[in-house]
Order: sequence, then C-alpha cells, then structure tokens
Amino acid sequence: MSKTPLDTVDNAAATPDVELPWAELGLKKDEYERVVEILGRRPTGAELAMYSVMWSEHCSYKSSKVHLRQFGEKAPESDALLVGIGENAGVVDVGQGYAVTFKVESHNHPSYVEPYQGAATGVGGIVRDIIAMGARPVAVVDPLRFGAADHPDTKRVLPGVVAGIGGYGNCLGLPNIGGEVVFDACYQGNPLVNAGAIGVMRHEDIHLAKASGAGNKVILYGARTGGDGIGGASILASETFDDAKPSKRPAVQVGDPFQEKLLIECTLEAFAEKLVVGIQDLGAAGLSCATSELASNGSGGMRVTLDDVPLRDSTLSPEEILMSESQERMCAVVEPDKVDRFLEICDKWDVIATVIGEVTDGDRLEIFWHGEKIVDVDPRTVAHEGPTYERPYARPSWQDELQADDANKLPRPATGEELKDQVLKLVASPNQASKRWITQQYDHFVQGNTVLAQPEDSGMIRIDEASGLGVAIATDGNGRYAKLDPYTGAQLALAEAYRNVATTGAKPLAVSDCLNFGSPEDPAVMWQFAEAVRGLADGCKQLGTPVTGGNVSLYNQTGEAAIHPTPVVAVLGVIDDVARRTPVAFQEEGQLLYLLGDTREEFGGSAWSQVVHDHLGGLPPKVDLERERLLGEILISASRDGMIDSAHDLSDGGLIQAVVESALLGGKGARLVVPDGLDAFTFLFSESAGRAVVSVPRSEEVRFNDMCGARGLPAARIGVVDGDTVEVQGEFSLPLTDLREAHEGTIPALLA
Amino acid sequence: MTARIGVVTFPGSLDDRDTQRAIRVAGAEPVALWHKDKDLKQVDAVVLCGGFSYGDYLRAGAIARFSPVMDTVIDQAKAGLPVLGICNGFQILTEAHLLPGGMLGNDHLHFICRDQKLRVENADTAWTTDYEAGQEIHIPLKNMDGRYVADRRTLDELEAEGRVAFRYLDFNPNGSLNDIAGITNAAGNVVGLMPHPEHAVESLIGTGRTDGLPFFTSILKKLVNA
Repeated sequence: MSKTPLDTVDNAAATPDVELPWAELGLKKDEYERVVEILGRRPTGAELAMYSVMWSEHCSYKSSKVHLRQFGEKAPESDALLVGIGENAGVVDVGQGYAVTFKVESHNHPSYVEPYQGAATGVGGIVRDIIAMGARPVAVVDPLRFGAADHPDTKRVLPGVVAGIGGYGNCLGLPNIGGEVVFDACYQGNPLVNAGAIGVMRHEDIHLAKASGAGNKVILYGARTGGDGIGGASILASETFDDAKPSKRPAVQVGDPFQEKLLIECTLEAFAEKLVVGIQDLGAAGLSCATSELASNGSGGMRVTLDDVPLRDSTLSPEEILMSESQERMCAVVEPDKVDRFLEICDKWDVIATVIGEVTDGDRLEIFWHGEKIVDVDPRTVAHEGPTYERPYARPSWQDELQADDANKLPRPATGEELKDQVLKLVASPNQASKRWITQQYDHFVQGNTVLAQPEDSGMIRIDEASGLGVAIATDGNGRYAKLDPYTGAQLALAEAYRNVATTGAKPLAVSDCLNFGSPEDPAVMWQFAEAVRGLADGCKQLGTPVTGGNVSLYNQTGEAAIHPTPVVAVLGVIDDVARRTPVAFQEEGQLLYLLGDTREEFGGSAWSQVVHDHLGGLPPKVDLERERLLGEILISASRDGMIDSAHDLSDGGLIQAVVESALLGGKGARLVVPDGLDAFTFLFSESAGRAVVSVPRSEEVRFNDMCGARGLPAARIGVVDGDTVEVQGEFSLPLTDLREAHEGTIPALLA
Repeated sequence: MTARIGVVTFPGSLDDRDTQRAIRVAGAEPVALWHKDKDLKQVDAVVLCGGFSYGDYLRAGAIARFSPVMDTVIDQAKAGLPVLGICNGFQILTEAHLLPGGMLGNDHLHFICRDQKLRVENADTAWTTDYEAGQEIHIPLKNMDGRYVADRRTLDELEAEGRVAFRYLDFNPNGSLNDIAGITNAAGNVVGLMPHPEHAVESLIGTGRTDGLPFFTSILKKLVNA
C-alpha cells in the first residue's frame, strides 16, 4: 500500500495540472475556477475540502442570501436588538440587564436517514450555538413535521425523532417547552425536524465568534475528532491519499449528550471567569468553519497545527479532520496568560482541551500537517465570499388553478348532528389531536423555571426569581396556507406565533425563522421561497419585530415532489412578571367566554377542509397585522390587569378546536351561543386570523368590554364556562369524556 | 440557626441548582458538594439529585456510586446522616446498597414526564414527617429507568416493615413492582424516590403545586429541633 505524497501548498503551486475531485465534493466548475482565481494556483486537497464545504448551500446560503438580505434591509427600528443576523444566534434585550439569545435550525435530512441520531444532534447543534453567544441554555422547542400519520414509515421516523430529541435534550437538562407536530403526506420522504433553543445571559456576557489579538491561543475542546459526519471528504481522502482505507463513513453524526452537558458547564465557567476572547462551536463543516469564521471575523490571521487535534481515529487524513462534523466540540480564543486556567476548568469537567493554534498578525489562515503547510488562504474568501446565485424564479403554472379551487364552496354540514360529527372528527384528527404521547417524552420541569409548556400557546420560562421576569417563545408554521399563497402563508405563521406569545401575556420582541423548502433549482420552489421571505420581512417590519437570525433548509424534495413551502417562525416575547401569565385552560365555572376579532368565511387551507374533505385549495385567511398588534396589546393588558383568567389563540381548527382544548385542559365544559350575524358552521370552523377566545370573570366584564370598545377591538360574548359538556345552543352537545377520548386517543393508537 | 443541606453535583447532574433552590425555599441553607471531593463540608444532610450522572452509561447510577464523594456519603449514611435520593439519586442509592432493589428501564420503553399522583405510605422518615400517612400528593415524574424491582423476599420485607414510603396512585408510570415510587431504609434516614419533589415547591412553576415542599421542611425541622 503506497501513499501519495502530502499535497502541500508548495506542491500545489508546483503541480498546477493535477486534477482534483471538485465535482464529487459538490462544487460547480465555475466555483472551482473561482477558487483557483482567488488562490492564484490550484487549491491543495485540504483547501479544496474547506472551500467545498463552506461554499455548500448549507453553509453559504448561496441560493437564498439575495432574498434573505431583506431581513436586514426591512428590519424595523428596535431598541431590543443587541446582536443581529450573522452571529451564531441573535441576542435580544429583555430588560433588567438580561439578554436572551434564541434561534431555530433544521436537521431535516439526517433525521430521515437516521431518526434518533439526526434529531438528537439537531438539538446538540442548536444548543452549542446558544452557548457560543455566552448564554446558559434554558429551554428548547421542537417544531416537527412528518408524513401521513397512518403511513408505515411515519411509525419508523416519528418515534425515533421524538426519542432522539428526548434522549439528548433530557440528558442536557433543558426543559422542552414548545413546538409543533404536524402530519401531511407532502413530508413523507422529507420530514422536517426543526430545533430551537433559548439562552439567557447578562448584557456584559455576550460573546462573539472572532479571533483577535495576535499571540492569543486557539483551543479546541470537547469530544475527540472522528470520522463521523464527513460527507464528501472521504471521496477526497480516498482518491488523493490512500485508496486502501474504507471510503464510506457514516454521514450522520452520532451524539453524546453527556459530553455536551460537560461542555455547557465548563464553557459557562470559563465565561464567568472572563477567560474567553472569542468562541465558535463546531457544527456543519467542523474545523473548516470554526477556524475560517473565527479568523475572518477577527482582526488578524490564524495559524493552526492540525497534528494537535485529538483524534478518535488515528488514520484520519488532514482533509477529513478539517471536514469532520464530530459533535460536542468547541473552539475558544484565549489570551496566553489565561490558557492554564482555561485548561484547568476543562480538566475539572473531564473535558479534553488542546491548544491547536494561535492568532497571528497577518491576514492568512495557515494550517500545518506534519510540519508542512497544507492550507494558506484568506479566511474571508472561505467564510464570507462564497458564490451568490440569482436563481430564476417564477410563479408556478398551477398556482391560479389551486387558488381557484375554492374551499368555501365545499359542502358544509347541514344539521346539528352533522356539525357534531365533524367536530368529533376534527378534534380526533392527527393534526388536531392531543400530542401528549409525544411531549410527555420530553422533560418540561428541569431547571425549575418552567411557567408554561406545551400544549400552552407559548412556552414560558422565568429568568429572574426575585422580579419574576420571564420570556415566552412560540413557533408556528402552516405549509398548507403557504402552498396556497407563500407571501400570506409566511405572514400567517408570523401572526400566529406573535399572537401565541401575546395570548400568554408576553410582549413579542423578536423573530427567528427556519425556512423549509424544496429544491432551489426549481423556479416554482424558488418563487415560493422568494415570496415567503418577502412576506416575512414585510410582516416583521410592520409588527416591529426584527428577524435576529435563522436557518434555511432547501432540497426538501423527493424527485419532482417538493414539500409544501414551510416557513416556521419563532417569536420571542418578554413578560415583566410571570405571575401574570395567562394559561389556556378554563379556570372557573361561570366565567364568560369572549371571542375577540372578526370571523369571516375563510376555509382555504383549513383543518376542516383537510379533515372532512381531504381538500387543499382556495386562498388562506387574510392577514391584518395591525389587528394582530391590537389584539396582542389587549391580551397583554388584560393579563397584566387581571381581567382574563384564560386565553387561547384561534388558528387551525378554528374556534371549536380552541374551546375543546381549553375545556379538556381545565376539566370544565362550555355553553356556546352562535353570535348574531354568523352561522354555526362558520362560527365553529372558520380560521380567520387575528382572533382569540378568553374567559372573563364576571366582576371584570364591564372593565374588559370597555377596554375592547375603547381600543376598537371587536369582542363578542359567546358563552360561559359551565358543566361537563361542550354545548352549542340549538345545535349539539358533546360530553367532555367523549371529546377527551377522541382528542387523546388518536396519537397513541397510531404510534404507541 | 438553620440546617445546612448538601447537594452533590456529579458530571451529568441536572437538578442540582433546582434542589438547592428548593432547600432555600424551605428555609435551609444549600451547600454545593462536588463528586471528586470526599469532604462533605460538615453538612447536616445530603441530597443526591436527579440527572444522568456520568451519562448513565453502563447503568443508571452505577458509576456515580464509585465516586469519591459517595465513599463518605455511604459511611455517614450508615452512621445516621439523612440522605435523600431523587430519581438518579435513588438509582445511585440502590447501586450503593444503601437501599435495596434496583431500577430497570420503564416497561413501555419511553422516557416519561408527567404530573404523578402518589400516596405517602410512611410519614415517619427523616424526610416525610410534614406529610400525613395516607396523604395523596402530586409530584412531577420524569425518567427513563424508573421501574423499581426487587426479589420477592425484599418486597415482602419492605411491605411488612412499612418501608415503602411512596406508592403510585391511579397510574403506574413505569411498571414498578407493588406500584413502588419510593422507599426508606430501616432507620428512616435514607429515602429514595423516582418523582421530583424539588420541582413542586413553588405555586407558579412546573405543575403549579407545592406538594414537594414538605420533604425539605421535614428535614429542616428535624435538624433544627435535634
């Protein structure tokens, strides 16, 4: 077995004609030529490895960034934003000297291949992003989408994903407080596993990914580097160096939550002692990403000795070490006189830490292997100057036909009996059914600060024990709405998450997003993407909630069939005192039920149209963001002043879904009266946006009504909390026991 | 004067800060203890909290039981030091043979997190005097390996001597024998249970109940009155 000589920088300069496997590594011909142009010579194998992975769609956002710019260009003025787009995660000022960082990311493709590890490492990755900002992670949320609930493969994917999220997050000690579970055949081969996390710190503790100060040391700490998660690198390695070694390594990483828990604790201890100048986690693209980003965001260059990287597998080539996505690793930049103390803290937590390089006063990133230079690049060209595509986009030819297929014309229930049957069918349908079987596999209680967790409208965490200051987060998305109209669909996702935060009494402050779409090479998909981004950017501007960061996941498609365009939006809010939070559950019999907002005949993309007619067509509900803001203000005021005891946002499934959920959670029924001007069907099933149902103690009715009247928010008294049935006067009555059986039985029957 | 109650942090402990808070809420002084340290800092009682010590690799609690701090805890518990093991702490206590039996994976093979109803069977231990025997309480439960097992003779002995301290009511969440949620040693100073009383000490947080607080007020009274 003979090895080809090491491909050094000198060797690359001397052998310009050597063919490199750039195509196998995913680079296009013009991209490769651009690398050659930047370097003034052909790249070495190691340089090619770095460029190929950093210029991938996943790392460079090359198809999406021309659109994503709108989030910056249209960003509303906000005093709350401390760190915006571009860092590991955005940071928001929540008052009292506290800052909160949060972000949502996707781990879609790995979770389909290997559900448990794919989902587990998704949690691991987002949590490291949070730590890298200097914050202690305090909660996670998981918006999930799967194929049809009764499809055999869903029973493979879903339990694995849920167990992976639980297995990792529970072991980290992070309460899982929110998210979604949605089923739709369009996600059959492309489940969406999005993961969000929130972290809390003091303003002065914010850390950034930059390597400054010549002479400062670069320390790699955490797990050893192995061959897991190497995509194209093995091609390069096997072709360039040693064709006798195994070329196929698992492309899905394997997580070790215990190691990550140690990483959290030792990182936070190092932060507390102010030992860290800059920090970056190792996620996608591993060391390639960490070194090039740290160096390019700092003031100087960086020199790295790759031989010093602790390995799990001593046969790894330098290219593989640079591309490995082994989990639970971080990179810190530390001043020389603080290195000993940093290493001591790592040792206390039994975390391996190694100085692998230092910051230089030049502007190059130089990497050495066995004493020879194998990388010599301007790090900015790797990290920030990747290709940008203006991909063609066009409104799909079928869009008009889809919108013309009006759901409002579907046959409606004619009698009370039919209404009742459809209500039962709705609340038992997989998308509307209780997800308790899933969420009870997640720890909600750890850290002892959980005020609200799913199935509440938003998750809420107390961050200051003395003052009761808290933060709330909600994530929402509706691929069916977005398919009918991506611009409106994205705004509806934003509006729903915003409303969900306000419903619990918190003031919405900022947005993160996870944009899940099909292939950007399809102009129809690209149009959906462009429209959704435009809708979201316009919406955030109008609501005054800036986008602080997020993630784009493209290529969620099998063959020609793309998923529904699925922008998932996370809204973060703040509440001055968590004691004032508003829960979903009905609290006391005799309290009055009020429907806030306007109800119109809006059934396009509705749960009713899906459950009863298996139909998707027409237009999604209209969006009125000024109304959303007004509704939010009323809900927050009512919570602060003790005028309401429960509140629930109205979204998919409409009013009846919300009332049934509040009734079942509170163990108390409701008597409803159809208000003047509405028919029972529209009243119960319409999905008009900008609405909520609240319960008002009788003593507060006048004050509450006066407030809504003065502010111009329609508020209709629709009934009373009462008894052990949900009754719609003159139409039907359903016992809570029947509703509970229907609502809670579905998911265990399909999946347990 | 107040009591000083130690809370051990192992690598992978998760509820150490929560347990310290619960001790504070009850009016006692929490003292952080470290797994590599044999010194218990002269505390009056020790809580082994929940989590996944050493990743629960090998078997839940199996590695933690051999840590330096446990050498001292085992010696002093035998001499009467009050020790409470919650969840992973309970698992460590059985691995350390301070309590009989052991824990297997839940019978349904899933992690389970829920508000669990319990009956207090023994209100005479160091950690339960502020309850009444037969009292029904709700305490959050969250575990992967919570199925309590022991041989028949041990079970009979536990039942005969009133050493089953807590029993699951209405629903057995993990397949534990005799619906056992927690047990005590014969002396009543060492108690272990799977549910998490430290998550039920504040009316706003978690399930919003405070049914777990008496664990910490019981031990405080005992120590202060001693």
